[in-house]
Amino acid sequence: MSDLTRMTATEIAALVAGGETSAVEVTRAHLDRIAEVDDRVHAFLHVDTDGALAAARAVDERRAAGEELGPLAGVPVAVKDVLATRGVPTTVGSKILEGWRPPYDATIVQRLRDAGTVMLGKTNMDEFAMGSSTEYSAYGPTHNPWDLTRIPGGSGGGSAAALAAYEAPLAIGSDTGGSIRQPGAVTGTVGAKPTYGGTSRYGLVAFSSSLDTPGPCARNVLDAALLHQVIGGHDPRDSTSIPQPMPDVVAAARLGATGDLTGVRLGIVSEFVGEGAETGVMTAFRESVDALTKMGAEVVEISCPTFAYALPAYYLIAPSECSSNLARFDGVRFGLRVGDDGNRSLEEVMSLTREAGFGPEVKRRIMIGTYALSSGYYDAYYGQAQKVRTLITRDFTAAFEQVDALISPTTPFTAFPIGARTADPYQMYLADLFTIPTNLYGGPGISVPCGLSEGLPVGLQVMAPTMADDRMYRVAAALESAVGTFTPPAL
Amino acid sequence: MAAISREEVAHLARLSRLAVTEEELDTFAGQLDVILQAVAQVGEVAAADIPPTSHSVPLTNIFREDVVTPCLTPQEVLSGAPDAEDQRFRVPRILSEDVAS
Repeated sequence: MSDLTRMTATEIAALVAGGETSAVEVTRAHLDRIAEVDDRVHAFLHVDTDGALAAARAVDERRAAGEELGPLAGVPVAVKDVLATRGVPTTVGSKILEGWRPPYDATIVQRLRDAGTVMLGKTNMDEFAMGSSTEYSAYGPTHNPWDLTRIPGGSGGGSAAALAAYEAPLAIGSDTGGSIRQPGAVTGTVGAKPTYGGTSRYGLVAFSSSLDTPGPCARNVLDAALLHQVIGGHDPRDSTSIPQPMPDVVAAARLGATGDLTGVRLGIVSEFVGEGAETGVMTAFRESVDALTKMGAEVVEISCPTFAYALPAYYLIAPSECSSNLARFDGVRFGLRVGDDGNRSLEEVMSLTREAGFGPEVKRRIMIGTYALSSGYYDAYYGQAQKVRTLITRDFTAAFEQVDALISPTTPFTAFPIGARTADPYQMYLADLFTIPTNLYGGPGISVPCGLSEGLPVGLQVMAPTMADDRMYRVAAALESAVGTFTPPAL
Repeated sequence: MAAISREEVAHLARLSRLAVTEEELDTFAGQLDVILQAVAQVGEVAAADIPPTSHSVPLTNIFREDVVTPCLTPQEVLSGAPDAEDQRFRVPRILSEDVAS
């Protein structure tokens, strides 16, 4: 048997279903890999060895009993620590939830279990998903398998690094401003942000509720689509879940893989191919556009003038929602409580708890949000940002009257060295320059590896209209068929 | 000109229930100033007549059928609480000494 950790999820599922290997064997291979490399990568905050082996044994028993298995049964998956997992520690990368074991599963986690996937553990992330490098995790940074001195992106750097380090073939992320796509881009993996409302937020620890979108991460487009299909679709427990059937993303990925894009119209966002991106990123992007054209796509440039204001609008809207959402961390119902000596008041204990439990970026965002929502500043900041959000949505709507999907580089720059941007928080925010507009609009976006720049991966982003997630999978799979997948140097 | 003063940051910290240190106030004042000056760019957009968007999914009043479904036990609900008593969350003192006595 060749190395199980190097296989695609599709290959693993076929071997398990055919009885050529067992889910337990597959799981052991990945647990061994984690034991071998994760002290250097630090993709995982918690490895659930017993739970994973038990889930794997259950799949093997179902197969032995002649039950029909789903398309991803027996495939290991790494879950970002933002999703509640029953009985398994869930920290959101924060000290304020250290030791918390949720009494329930997030809907997505439940669907992963129902599908017979095997959860290996919980992956590292920027605290409360606020960051673009995973350096803001309270438990230390994750290292990029392409170069351990560099960041793996964020906030879902743990999930992306687990894939690139062959610790897991599939992972779950969450994308509020690019936290699935940007880590995908800088680790040479695939990351998809579904349509907002297309994947359930039930059990996803809230950061910015109007933007948070959980989604699939994988090493190839088809695997991402298969995972998307397992986790997606309407959930009555999420009041913002779209009560419509999901588009067939798996069929779209298979169609794209044929390498034919005849009749597909693509728009390059003019505002994102100017001076904003590194030369090496632009070279890889331009070569990919040539590849898409050769496969029959019609490519034009489209101007979306308000996208230039997406970053400032996002950094008002997301902190505003965060300042409200994170009020629940009050030291009463779960997590940390500090300074409760019997004399201090509830308010004092609350302030001491939050001071001790939150890291600097979370504090900054809570205060920015509190400021933007204050009377006197509300209209100029939060209110104005919501109006800009409307204009950004109109730019998307107008663009999709002319083209089927928009494309751009996923990120302006490749993986930067650990520590390079932490001193100036706003420099960190720029990593999400190209991914944020999609979150404000609510449509789907995917990052697919499109080349290397000085030995580091570059991602191409495909953005599609709301509930047309299939379109982005088709384009991404076509590009993948032309440029191939990218393998990091041996760890 | 600075967008925000050290005193204003101290006020925000109080509103946010963050017992920040003096050292943090120095750091945050400078950082929040940079961030606020950058995000103030939204003001350059002419949007007086534009309706705000709070949410990308136009759904309102989502109800479910009024049927009994399984839920967590009190023990499960309280399992993550820092302090609990008699099936309730136990909180620090909420009234001052003179009011309580």
